[in-house]
Amino acid sequence: MTAALHISHACKTYGNGFTALKDVSFDVAEGEFFALLGPNGAGKTTLISAMAGLSRLSSGNISVMGHDVQKDSYAARMSLGVVPQELVFDPFFTVRETLQFQSGYFGIHNNNDWIDELLHHLGLSDKADTNTRRLSGGMKRRVMVAQALVHKPPVIVLDEPTAGVDVELRHSLWTFMRKLNGEGHTIVLTTHYLEEAQENCERIAMLKKGELVALERTDTLLHNDKGVRIELLLTAELPQALLPKAVSQNGLRYVLTLDNYNEVADILIFLKTTGIGVQQMEILETDLEQVFINLTGAGA
Amino acid sequence: MNMTGFSTLLRKEVMRFGKVWQQTLGAPVLTALLYQLIFAQAIGKHVEALPGVPYNAFLIPGLAMMSMMQNAFANSSSSLIQSRITGNLVFILLPPISNAAFFSAYISAGIIRGLAVGLGILVCTAWFGLPVPAHIGFVLAFAVLGCLFMASFGLIAGIWAEKFDQLAAFQNFLIMPLTMLSGVFYSIHSLPAFWQGVSHFNPFFFMIDGFRYGFFGVSDVSPWTSIGVVLTCFIVLAVVTLQMLARGYKLRA
Repeated sequence: MTAALHISHACKTYGNGFTALKDVSFDVAEGEFFALLGPNGAGKTTLISAMAGLSRLSSGNISVMGHDVQKDSYAARMSLGVVPQELVFDPFFTVRETLQFQSGYFGIHNNNDWIDELLHHLGLSDKADTNTRRLSGGMKRRVMVAQALVHKPPVIVLDEPTAGVDVELRHSLWTFMRKLNGEGHTIVLTTHYLEEAQENCERIAMLKKGELVALERTDTLLHNDKGVRIELLLTAELPQALLPKAVSQNGLRYVLTLDNYNEVADILIFLKTTGIGVQQMEILETDLEQVFINLTGAGA
Repeated sequence: MNMTGFSTLLRKEVMRFGKVWQQTLGAPVLTALLYQLIFAQAIGKHVEALPGVPYNAFLIPGLAMMSMMQNAFANSSSSLIQSRITGNLVFILLPPISNAAFFSAYISAGIIRGLAVGLGILVCTAWFGLPVPAHIGFVLAFAVLGCLFMASFGLIAGIWAEKFDQLAAFQNFLIMPLTMLSGVFYSIHSLPAFWQGVSHFNPFFFMIDGFRYGFFGVSDVSPWTSIGVVLTCFIVLAVVTLQMLARGYKLRA
């Protein structure tokens, strides 16, 4: 089966010498809901720009639905819908005009039925004839999502689609994306809201300083995460010897990161011998945020 | 070529300047009318720029051509830089619109705006004594070629400039001097020999002179020479613009 997205040895060095991508390779299968994560400056947006033909790789290649983004750019661009990270809009036009123009750019006449459906799913029906500059930030973001979908692309890339938008849009956007994914669209997502990736995505790639540091199924990533986190409410301050293991503190409530479950018992014995009581203890479930911090050092 | 993409981008560009027509069409017509009123009243009685042609009439084609050129330039340059600065150009760069279609759409919109402004000026100033064109073919040819040339120039400026100040510098230090020294307000035969020679290195002069020939059948240089110069300049600018687009200069990193 053709990969929806094939990235092979992607390298990008800018004119000023900054290397944004270092030999990144991975595939995204058709119909996958995929997350591309990493801290700021990791190379996510550079990679998306290269997929979309907005920038050119220094070496390596990318294909969308089997079409090389440089050599077969027409077919590649027809196969791809991108929601850019920056909040952008054309202040001269209404929402409907914007979407009609976007359809035309993709060579589509008379796209009003699909435009109406998009407006409905994104909660924009009552704003169709409103100038885009009069919309709130969240509404503008919805218009951008609609613009990316006017040509019904098989591969949809969302670069921080929920940044700065309200809970209602997030909910309706993910419901709509899951619907599109259920209909066979491949979705690639970058987000700083890691719970969105954990909840929606089957696989995750993590970038750090332009390098691929993880490429796993979401459940595997969570399962493989080394270490155990426990939250303790103590009767006195944590002894000096245990402070290196503390990752957060709120009064006498501490979160400690331990190497394994055996260490839990050691900690409890140590606290008992030092005369410190444990009022509450909870073993915290591993979440994607913890995995992200471990892999990318984002918390450092 | 994605013809629907081209026609959509052209329609969008025309609608863009149409939505602010007071600024894009009304203002240049009013400015030209004021030039005509002031120059014609102040010096019109004392000057005969071309033999047998009153200054009032002489000025009209020059003003019309000057405004067409400036507005063709302004349309492509300002639209592009606005889209770049606000970031919405990304939605034109993402779809499969070829460089040729992108170029053609912006240039065509510049021509449409330039011609609309020119027509508006000719209609509003005709009562100052504009004659029926002696060679309507030359009038149309220079109007279209002049706008083509300047719209291409505007596209280059819009791609090159990263800020509005840089675009303003382009206009103030290049376009405006070339326009003012192009013979809009005078015949180059009234200049000393040295400056007559210098004028022949200014492509704007050939556009103005050729357009004026279309009305009066009299010009400083042969209209065919002017056509050749303007066409050559346009081809050079078109090649440069298409090369910039093909390389993704400042648009695709």
